[in-house]
Amino acid sequence: MFNTKSLTKMVWMEAKLFLREPVSAFFTLVFPLLMLFIFGSIFSNKPVPGMGDSQGVIDNLIPALTAMVIGMTGLMPITITLATYRENGILRRLRTTPVSPLVVMAAQLVVVFTMTTLGVLLLAAAGKLFYHVRFVGNIFSILGGFTLSSLSFFGIGFILAGVMPSARSAQIVAMVLLYPMLILSGAAWPRELMPNAVSKLSSFLPLTYVVNLLRGLWGGESWGHHLLDVGVLAGVLVLGVIISMKTFRWE
Amino acid sequence: MTAIVQVQKLHKTYGATVAVEDISFEVQEGEIFGMVGPNGAGKTTTIECLEGLRKPDGGTVRVLGVDPQREGQNLCLRVGMQLQQSNLPDRMRVWEALDLYASFYPKAVDWKELLVELGLEEKRNTPFAKLSGGQKQRLFIALALLPDPQLVFLDELTTGLDPQARRAIWDLVREVRGRGKTVLLTTHFMEEAERLCDRIAILDHGKIVALDTPASLIQGLGAEERVVFNVDRPLPAGFEKDFSSPVRLDVQGEQVVIHSKNGRDVPLVSEVVTLLSEKHIQFRDLRTEQPNLEDVFLSLTGREMRA
Ligand SMILES: Nc1ncnc2c1ncn2[C@@H]1O[C@H](COP(=O)(O)OP(=O)(O)OP(=O)(O)O)[C@@H](O)[C@H]1O
Ligand SMILES: [Mg+2]
Repeated sequence: MFNTKSLTKMVWMEAKLFLREPVSAFFTLVFPLLMLFIFGSIFSNKPVPGMGDSQGVIDNLIPALTAMVIGMTGLMPITITLATYRENGILRRLRTTPVSPLVVMAAQLVVVFTMTTLGVLLLAAAGKLFYHVRFVGNIFSILGGFTLSSLSFFGIGFILAGVMPSARSAQIVAMVLLYPMLILSGAAWPRELMPNAVSKLSSFLPLTYVVNLLRGLWGGESWGHHLLDVGVLAGVLVLGVIISMKTFRWE
Repeated sequence: MTAIVQVQKLHKTYGATVAVEDISFEVQEGEIFGMVGPNGAGKTTTIECLEGLRKPDGGTVRVLGVDPQREGQNLCLRVGMQLQQSNLPDRMRVWEALDLYASFYPKAVDWKELLVELGLEEKRNTPFAKLSGGQKQRLFIALALLPDPQLVFLDELTTGLDPQARRAIWDLVREVRGRGKTVLLTTHFMEEAERLCDRIAILDHGKIVALDTPASLIQGLGAEERVVFNVDRPLPAGFEKDFSSPVRLDVQGEQVVIHSKNGRDVPLVSEVVTLLSEKHIQFRDLRTEQPNLEDVFLSLTGREMRA
């Protein structure tokens, strides 16, 4: 049964559990800030000639770190939580109640998405406050791009949660997918500076499209410039929804 | 009385293992019905087929008149379930679990009352992982009672609990039945079944080997009464021949066990004491053991039922 009362309670409960779990709260809310301050103390935010119109290193860093957060929160918390719930028989107990699997999944999505948004807003606020980052895009446009990217990555997370046999294997596979993406997608450093072959390889990684889309929108480019990115991310999202509905298992 | 649970020729296999082999029974409204048996007897498989969590390979199952496989959604509003293996998130607090689970049911009972009734009031803010085994079981009973069910399934409710906690849980189960609910439970403990259940099905290797009230099972199956004592020197040969009706002697080191069928003319214990003193045999620690369900199991299967 899908009812809003259960969903509200479940969202509230999962939000509390998320915040009580220090590791995921740290990676979502604190880690991006740490990265910002580390990079910020190395580079200044003076405009760099090669990097687009009057953009500095930190200006570019915000969308890149956002992409990094999206990659991390998309693949890790939901995957690990659901796989752990299944392994420990927590889903088994839920299965004996009228609650719908959709409520269980939707609650995870709402909570982790909200936390991700919070983490990114904190990041942007800190960037503005400490490094006077320049933002020349449209705020709704960037929010839209962020939402699409984030949902798309949750789709991947849900697939992993459904397919992986145990919490341990879910965690390992999530990390194996995540690390190359963080390094090769341009989230950690610009793709322009990578050798050609590596740059080609990165076009197979969904996070690359997140980086492209967010950098573009942040820099004021229009959605029309990023049809490929949007197409890939929307495709991954649809695939994620379909597959995760099919692979959801209570035990 | 009406049958709340009807099981006919229920059959379930896992690969080559036959977990449940064509068993049939009924549970009547208002009773505490127990399934007892050793590890792997098929108790959980049976109860989870009734709960709709496993799909039977054969036979028919009706719970509150409906097929759990087809109308599981409808059933879980009217049936409370406590599973042998299930969990809550470690950091979820007691009250939060009750509050959350209550939101799943359109007509849940007030969980604050359950908290008090089940003696969890003091633990309301304790995270699940920090509860003792008995407290966790109480919480699971509370969750099972949330929908104000007509029927409650309890699978291995007291495994891993100390005797005192176990007795407290028995009282709770009686209390639940007192509120007009029917209880179907499983256990390894013969004593638990004997003390708690109105009727018992004894399972072994996926079959029901006996089904009756505890008293009838003990009386009817030729169970024995026993007198046990210790001696310093071995008994004289042929000691057992002097009894008025046949007895069996079992000597292990210092310990002597004298077995006899129920219902002798002279009580076994007085005859033993008389014979021992007539023959000037020193003995100590003499006690009688009434036949119990362990003996019933032994006489039915030829094996000890080891919990
Ligand atoms: N999911 C499963 N897959 C394969 N075999 C199973 C499964 N569940 C149970 N079995 C087998 O079926 C038989 C009956 O198991 P079941 O769990 O019903 O016994 P039980 O009486 O509940 O035992 P216990 O007292 O240990 O809980 C056992 O031989 C067990 O190994
Ligand atoms: Mg069992």
